[in-house]
Amino acid sequence: MARSFLQVASTEEVAPKLRVVQIEGLVLSLSLSLPTHALLIAFIAFVILKIIKHCKEFSPALVTGQLLGLDVGSDLEVTNCFPFPTRDEEEEIEADGANYQLEMMRCLREVNVDNNTVGWYQSTLLGSFQTVELIETFMNYQENIRRCVCIIYDPSKSNQGVLALKALKLSDSFMELYRNNNFIGEKLREKNLSWMDIFEEIPIKVSNSALISAFMTELEADTPMTQCDFDRLQLSTTPFMERNVEFLIECMDDLSMEQQKFQFYYRNLSRQQAQQQAWLQKRRADNMARKTAGEELLPEEDPSNPVFKPIPEPSRLDSFLITNQIANYCNQINGVAGQSFSKLYLMKALNES
Amino acid sequence: MASSNQTVLQFTPSPTSLTAKVHPLVMFNICDCFVRRPDQAERVIGTLLGSVLPDGAVDIRNCYAVPHNESSDQVALDIDYHHNMLSSHLKVNPKEVIVGWFSTGFGVTGGSALIHEFYAREVPNPVHLTVDTGFSSGEASIKAFVSVSLSLGDQQLAAQFQEIPLDLRLIEAESVGFDVLKTTMVDKLPNDLEGMETSMERLLALIDDVYKYVDDVVEGRVAPDNNIGRFISDTVASIPKISPAAFDRLVNDSLQDQLLLLYLSSITRTQLSLAEKLNTAAQIL
Repeated sequence: MARSFLQVASTEEVAPKLRVVQIEGLVLSLSLSLPTHALLIAFIAFVILKIIKHCKEFSPALVTGQLLGLDVGSDLEVTNCFPFPTRDEEEEIEADGANYQLEMMRCLREVNVDNNTVGWYQSTLLGSFQTVELIETFMNYQENIRRCVCIIYDPSKSNQGVLALKALKLSDSFMELYRNNNFIGEKLREKNLSWMDIFEEIPIKVSNSALISAFMTELEADTPMTQCDFDRLQLSTTPFMERNVEFLIECMDDLSMEQQKFQFYYRNLSRQQAQQQAWLQKRRADNMARKTAGEELLPEEDPSNPVFKPIPEPSRLDSFLITNQIANYCNQINGVAGQSFSKLYLMKALNES
Repeated sequence: MASSNQTVLQFTPSPTSLTAKVHPLVMFNICDCFVRRPDQAERVIGTLLGSVLPDGAVDIRNCYAVPHNESSDQVALDIDYHHNMLSSHLKVNPKEVIVGWFSTGFGVTGGSALIHEFYAREVPNPVHLTVDTGFSSGEASIKAFVSVSLSLGDQQLAAQFQEIPLDLRLIEAESVGFDVLKTTMVDKLPNDLEGMETSMERLLALIDDVYKYVDDVVEGRVAPDNNIGRFISDTVASIPKISPAAFDRLVNDSLQDQLLLLYLSSITRTQLSLAEKLNTAAQIL
């Protein structure tokens, strides 16, 4: 993921050449020369504002919306977005949602907005977004759009003056495994996939039209401190930390449940193997007796015997996701703790002077 | 007809206390629409969504562009489009209703009255917001108007656009950071520690400024200003008076709390990598 700009520039150089040389094979050659993932997400700042507005208005309820934009070479450009209505539980709303989406896209096209879906955004609470649903949605999108992205915004964190915006995608190797539903130890070892490799974070770049930039420069209030600074220097971090630790503990419980599942599975597996061994020995002893008696031998395998039925191995997806989640909470705790340290020392210095 | 003997021209009483609050998103959206306008169009117009606050101020929170055709004496608005878009927006947020309309360009133009009339049918007393995307006056001018009908007796003569005070609520924009919004290209979003650093730098700079000012006043280099002096003394007074021992204990306690949390999270991480190894290690069967 961490490609240098030089590499990015070189891929950009290659792509136009292909376009010139092979116009018929354009689609094919381009799709071959470009990596399946976007290297950078370029945002128009107004999309960020729109996402923040939508997420904040409905916070703490979680909301989603669609991202529109263009796929330009190495960048994925997000130029607009629109929110989805909050879903009701009933199934019949589903069709309504699709209609809404089509209608919105049509309307936006009429005012010359890029109506090309590039992904979706969703809000989250304290970064608890690593769920199976997210992966399923991603896989759904991925089927239609080769390079899609998910933007996660955390309104709870923005109260601390942090712009908590993340662009995520699933890693290719993970997607392959997910498609084949192969979450057993064997395959994971083969692919060398650990929980850290499920999600990839994509760097975000923000761009503005010159017009906006002119307006903002003109309108910027000339106070030396902004709201953002006040939020950042807020000393009380306890509620945030408390909830983080609470979530962390919950996740730990879940994780230990998962691990118990595995232990149960392994215990069953070894018991079964012991039974198989016992059965085999008995059959061999029988066969020996039959041989001496001159009778026909019995086969050494019996598929109908329940002892030989393989026990399904539990999927490791859940434990992977929980692990990811925990790591995320740990990161958040570390980050906030680090900030609090600086704040406390600042306070100390201020008080002394 | 006109019973009063003073004047025949009557203004319907104007809603004087009306103000408009505009969220930065609206402005960004309008600019984006303007950039994406069709070839031949000179301006874009559209609908403003929001709500009326209890104190009578109009809170403009969202907007969308509506395609239109404009010739010298008539304006054709795509009303179907307007209604479709409105119903879509209402699905997402039923609380945001039409509050008026916007147009780019400087001030009110001839066609505006017609469009305003249309919106007046949708909502009583719509607000008209103009954003001068051409910077024709040399500065960014964003203005809000309401129309006041001018009537001669019972007969309506014309509509007069009256400017109302506009409050650009940039607090939302501040939470994103002007640095991100102002420049045309930002390569990387600041992470939390970097943000912290800039905030602290700003705070230090401010404290330095105050020091310098106080020193200057004390030494007679600058004429004292009572207002500034009051502000400074208020600020200093707002620091709670805690004995040094108590303060030390406070700081140390919180430091230790944070350290404990750090320790816990590190232990958790160790546990995770351990669990990972155990879970995916080859089973010896």
